[in-house]
Amino acid sequence: MSLTSVPDGSMLARPDIGTLTFSFDGAPVRARPGDTVAAALLAAGIVTTRTTPVGDRPRGPFCMMGACFDCLAVVDGVGGVQTCLTEVREGMDVQTQHGARVLHD
Amino acid sequence: MTDLAIIGAGPAGLSAAIEARRHGLDVLLLDENAAPGGRIWQAIERRTAKDKDDTAAQATVAEFRACGARATFGATVWCIEPDGSVFWSAGGKAEVARAKQVLVATGATERPLPVPGWTLPGVMTAGAAQILLKTSGLVPQGRVWLAGQGPLLLLYAVQALAAGGRLAGVIDLGAAGAQRRALSHLGGALRAPDYLRRGLMWRRKVAKGGVPWIRGRDLRAEGDGRLARIRFTDVHGERTEAADMLLLHDGVMPSVQITRALGCAHRWNTAQRSWAPQTDAWGRTSVANVVVAGDGGGIGGAQAAAISGRIAALGIAATLGRIDDAARDAAASGLWREQAKHLAVRPFLDALFAPLVPAPADDAIVCRCEEITAGRVREAVSLGCLGANQLKAFTRAGMGPCQGRMCSATVCEVIADARGVAVETVEPYRLRFPTKPLTLGELASLHDG
Repeated sequence: MSLTSVPDGSMLARPDIGTLTFSFDGAPVRARPGDTVAAALLAAGIVTTRTTPVGDRPRGPFCMMGACFDCLAVVDGVGGVQTCLTEVREGMDVQTQHGARVLHD
Repeated sequence: MTDLAIIGAGPAGLSAAIEARRHGLDVLLLDENAAPGGRIWQAIERRTAKDKDDTAAQATVAEFRACGARATFGATVWCIEPDGSVFWSAGGKAEVARAKQVLVATGATERPLPVPGWTLPGVMTAGAAQILLKTSGLVPQGRVWLAGQGPLLLLYAVQALAAGGRLAGVIDLGAAGAQRRALSHLGGALRAPDYLRRGLMWRRKVAKGGVPWIRGRDLRAEGDGRLARIRFTDVHGERTEAADMLLLHDGVMPSVQITRALGCAHRWNTAQRSWAPQTDAWGRTSVANVVVAGDGGGIGGAQAAAISGRIAALGIAATLGRIDDAARDAAASGLWREQAKHLAVRPFLDALFAPLVPAPADDAIVCRCEEITAGRVREAVSLGCLGANQLKAFTRAGMGPCQGRMCSATVCEVIADARGVAVETVEPYRLRFPTKPLTLGELASLHDG
């Protein structure tokens, strides 16, 4: 199943797009200081952060409070990061997580 | 050794810290979020106060900041040991502190509302949308639907409209007859008329905002790779509506992950259809030196939670010999009276928003992590599966990273229904530490000091 990282219209929006820039799958995304990664992605109209290890299905932020583990992504090379609990930083590299977390050496 | 470790910086945890510091206790507070406030007061320090509740919340947070409690934010507690050792991870490093007393103030989580398609990106909870509004100023635009029931659903609609948001509609999935049943508890509710007044005002605001209020059932979310439309049945029959976002809500229930892992005795609350740790008047659980305050001990709302935090701290101060029992009782008597007033509205609210007994369609996923449908659970029961813990062996339901947070309640309901037994006779998933996943690197970092 293909992932849509280009929104067909922002569903949760705000007038002030923010002063920070980070990247999602290589594309620049703007954020406000204090945003969580999940919030900044949703503000940019991105609703999918990963595919499931079981059925390879797309998932994204659901509970926004660290309970559901659906908003996982690869953040600065580390997989399985709960983006709803992670504050966004300038230059952060966020990638879609495909399936289970990959172990690095 | 620390006198008191508090898990959770919501109204209960903050109020407990303030009260404990008044009696000279050394306090360590741990919270997963970046700042104090919990869910209800999230990001309150960064927001402009909109009403007297916000002002009071800001005052409590400011008092906490000045009270001398040590606080670590961004800290995920993953284990508490019987000797009072509390383990947490923050910034990829694990740490441990020992405390004489542990106060669990972990609040509530939203009850799952497992409609078919609820795993699609674009479907979230109403609580999640409220967090996004509070912390990042995100306002719903486009075709955003609310569905379910409960005070938070209504409150979010009001807050979203006030922030200039647009909502496509509210699909009220509440049971017919709930309003009539709630009326028999109106007497109690009138002891704290503020709650009723506010509820009615919220309904009026949503109606005035031109948001359609539709009584519906059999809701489904559909789309290829992300939410595109919703289907439901209303008085006129089946309806399909385009949807960019769907926000689900069916009330909240105590977050019992830590108290269950600690082995605290829990009791079933029939009206709130959920488990909560059994406590005495001071919030003390069946496990020595473990105390509970706030919604984690039963849903009572923010005001009651703050008061219960103070009561718990008084009890702890007496246990540690910082005040005598007479001083404790004198300080608590006024708090109990005030708390009783806030709790008087609960039977009314519990009846009005009686949890929807989930009877998910066979194709609805109940365990989001392992992608187990309600149909698979029913099939397991037909093969002889009797309970939630056995179901793990049949299906792996409840064995993913969320550790059953999203499916325990539903799985027990589906098993109970399929077996024709009362849901409280189906034992929920047994929980063990670590209650949150951690990496071996984090674990190893404990020894680096």
